Amino acid sequence: MAIASDKILKYEPVIGLECHVELKTVSKMFCGCKNEFGGEPNTRVCPVCLGLPGALPVPNKKAIELTIKAGLAFGCDIPQFSKFDRKNYFYPDMPKDYQISQYDMPLCKGGNVLFWLENDERRHCRLNRIHLEEDTGKSTHAGSADGRLSGSSYSLVDFNRAGVPLMECVSEPDLRSAEEAVGYLEALKRTFVQLGISDVKMEEGSLRCDANVSLRPVGSTELGTKTEIKNMNSFRSVRLAIEKEIERQRGILESGGRVIQETRGWDESAGDTHSQRSKEEAHDYRYFPDPDLSPLEFSPGWIDGIKKSLPATPYSKYAHYVDDLKMPSRRAAQLVDAPYLSDLFDIVTTRHDNPPQPISFMNFLLGDVAQKMNELGLSGPPEGVSSLWSVPASGAAFVNLLDNGTITSKAAKDLFPRVWSGEVLTVDVIEAEGLGQVSNRDEIKRFVDDVIANNADTVAEIRKGKDRALQFLLGQVMKASRGKANPAMVSELLREAIGSG
Amino acid sequence: MADSLIEMTAAELARKVNAREHSAREIIDATFEHVRRADGEIGAFLMLTEELAREHAERVDARVKAGERLPLAGVPVAVKDNMCLRGTRTTCGSKILGDWSAPYTATAVQRILDAGAIPIGKTNLDEFAMGSSCENSALGVTRNPYDAQRVPGGSSGGSAAAVAGYESTIGLGSDTGGSIREPAAFCNIVGFKPTYGRVSRYGLIAFASSLDQIGPLTRTVEDAALAYDAFAGHDPMDATSVDVPHENTASSLREDLKGLRVGIVKEYQAKSLGSAIDSVYAQAYADLERLGAEIVEIGLPTADYGIATYYLIAPAECSSNLARFDGVRYGLRVEGNDMTETYDRTRAAGFGPEVKRRILIGTHALSSGYYDAYYLKAQKARTKIAADFENAFGACDVIASPAAAAPAFRLGAKSDPISMYLMDYYTIPVSLAGLPSVSVPCGWARPDDGDAEMPLGLQLTAPLFGETLLLGAAHAYERATLHAKKHSPRIGVRA
Repeated sequence: MAIASDKILKYEPVIGLECHVELKTVSKMFCGCKNEFGGEPNTRVCPVCLGLPGALPVPNKKAIELTIKAGLAFGCDIPQFSKFDRKNYFYPDMPKDYQISQYDMPLCKGGNVLFWLENDERRHCRLNRIHLEEDTGKSTHAGSADGRLSGSSYSLVDFNRAGVPLMECVSEPDLRSAEEAVGYLEALKRTFVQLGISDVKMEEGSLRCDANVSLRPVGSTELGTKTEIKNMNSFRSVRLAIEKEIERQRGILESGGRVIQETRGWDESAGDTHSQRSKEEAHDYRYFPDPDLSPLEFSPGWIDGIKKSLPATPYSKYAHYVDDLKMPSRRAAQLVDAPYLSDLFDIVTTRHDNPPQPISFMNFLLGDVAQKMNELGLSGPPEGVSSLWSVPASGAAFVNLLDNGTITSKAAKDLFPRVWSGEVLTVDVIEAEGLGQVSNRDEIKRFVDDVIANNADTVAEIRKGKDRALQFLLGQVMKASRGKANPAMVSELLREAIGSG
Repeated sequence: MADSLIEMTAAELARKVNAREHSAREIIDATFEHVRRADGEIGAFLMLTEELAREHAERVDARVKAGERLPLAGVPVAVKDNMCLRGTRTTCGSKILGDWSAPYTATAVQRILDAGAIPIGKTNLDEFAMGSSCENSALGVTRNPYDAQRVPGGSSGGSAAAVAGYESTIGLGSDTGGSIREPAAFCNIVGFKPTYGRVSRYGLIAFASSLDQIGPLTRTVEDAALAYDAFAGHDPMDATSVDVPHENTASSLREDLKGLRVGIVKEYQAKSLGSAIDSVYAQAYADLERLGAEIVEIGLPTADYGIATYYLIAPAECSSNLARFDGVRYGLRVEGNDMTETYDRTRAAGFGPEVKRRILIGTHALSSGYYDAYYLKAQKARTKIAADFENAFGACDVIASPAAAAPAFRLGAKSDPISMYLMDYYTIPVSLAGLPSVSVPCGWARPDDGDAEMPLGLQLTAPLFGETLLLGAAHAYERATLHAKKHSPRIGVRA
């Protein structure tokens, strides 16, 4: 009764993502109101973003520039002409009952997002387009048990968010797993953070993501019926929701059923999706060019200028660290995800005449420097401090002191705050202050002998075979030498003295 | 004394106030005294802003006393009620705005007030500026001061009637397809629509954004130039306002038309508006020639598609522009059982029939499946019409034509919308091309349905940004003919 395994259809998921990204501009998309998260409801509003009668939009040039930047970072085509269109539909949190968006002439077309997975596998996902639009206000439904519209007795609208510049990135359906979807999102996030385009915080709504999910038999090139998953508010929930939806659709298909095209909402507490509306209720948005806004034309020189100002992409950095510098992939990803440290790393390792060894420099940056920055709550150089950062050679010099054994890593940790606050530490300074590593056998031997004499019990234990206790003695010697003794030599002399080989 | 103040032009008033022969306060006293007497019959105003006017008059008098010279010092201005004036109710002649009070002032209004003009009130209009007679207002009837049984034209009929009836010296209007020029022609005054983009639309409640333009209604061309000079120019709050240097038009008005080539439209000449009207225009063209102009015949082969084109583009834009009147944030709200029903009930109760008709036409024209056949095709036609004008301006400097297809008609006479739309046959193509255009009184004719002569307007149109040339030519014609002086209004003045 064995069924030939090739008779069972195997399904592969086909996933595309639509991401809305709030841009980090000073003011809103079409007016001068502050673009900031939060605030007392309806305090960051004006006639324009409230859609009052007679008010008119004036486009924010910075937002256009940031969107084009994003496009260039992903290799999109930037057409010379673009325009804004009106997307017409009624909703209480949309002040004009139309949204200024872009329909057939987006700022960015095509493009490709390169990314990696946790196991260092590399992937890519084509972009369809990136366009710019304005965000809506935010509704709060009161009087219902779960804060949803249904069953609520009234609703409140906060227009602080209305008119915030919103960039929509639409991918092609190139993703094949929830893991890839998250990898893709991480790539977007890294790039937008690096370029200062957005905070990309899903929990604050500055990144919102809808997933289109369908399944098809492996080997088929046709797309299956898709569902659109909404309401995911973290990368984790994106992963869970997509996994859940793949499982649901597979269940339907394997039992001979048909997937219905619909919008499904992710319910975080239930850990599941539920149907929201079917596609039959789809809107006719009656897009047309916004007559309040002139068509946009960009000079090729302006676009080239932006292109030339772009730094190396996070993906190319990652690939360089792992493939060329042989960093462990997790450490490489960590470094890429700390854009400031990564920039510092690149500058020091490429521009400095006598660059430190890359792996130890990476360890130093991700260790001491990252820890210090964490303590101070910094993501970039502290105000007023420049030496290590603006003259990377001095930072490199410091690392070289560590690298060539002039100072111990313990001493480096102690010295680092001084480097951070702008001091240039040279071999002369180290020697003058007596901070250098002690590698003089006789000098170290004196510390070792003292420690052995004062810790007879421990020495006895080691001789009985409790080798781990040697670490304790090593620590004692280091302490006695105020961290300056060469640890390798201490270890060697301790073993010699105890005779434990 | 009062009558002489209200009959003076803006130029004369400003001169006298600046010379401190009269105060703005005296002018405002005389104005309101007259308005109280006359407006019951004319019905030009939806609201009088007497308190605000007195504040402004006081301020202007103080500024003048301090040595300032203001181009419109103490000149009364009546503002069409689709323009925002901070702290005053703004209705668009509709029920849907309810008691909405504007929290900000339109740029053009602010600029004319900064020049010393005094806001005396908000004037009636066809609801949301959609109409040609003022009869589509949901809030009141406005009558033509030259015949109380007739319409003042529209949609800026309130401002036109106020100026014609000497209730105000300047009227602010907006023109989308003829809404300044047609009521000016009907009311024996000057109505000027500048080039699209010359005057900021910020604070003008939109009907059709790609066509709407604010302009003055006045009793003389010089006054139109003074008002225009006060509010024209780039505004960073309006992305469609152009940053082209603005010349002072009032100081470059001319007295003759020597060296000017005036185009007469071949296709229009082939149509008759009735022998009495035809002969008025024939005389007007002859007068232009007498003043030194060379008359040339030009062609506008696609102008005949103007109305069809306009009645797709303007409704399409209005269907979107008027979506915001939904009862959620301001204005009228008629509660329903849910959001959709609230929208439906609010808009059903708040909008009048013509506005609903245009929203429906526009919604249809933009619908998927119809967009290409209607909206897109209309945009292509618009491009062709504009190209026709550009072509014509190769052979002439200014184009002359009738301003309206007939003199003012009786209230209630045009019951079907199409016959109303046809009134704007000559103004609409000009609007689609975005050109500056002015209607100047050019004579009188007896309408088919009446005994008394009613005024007619001559429409002069110039190339884009040709305001100086245009107003100069209109001024020369006005000074040489003085048609406006032939009859006085029957209502309003010296009753």
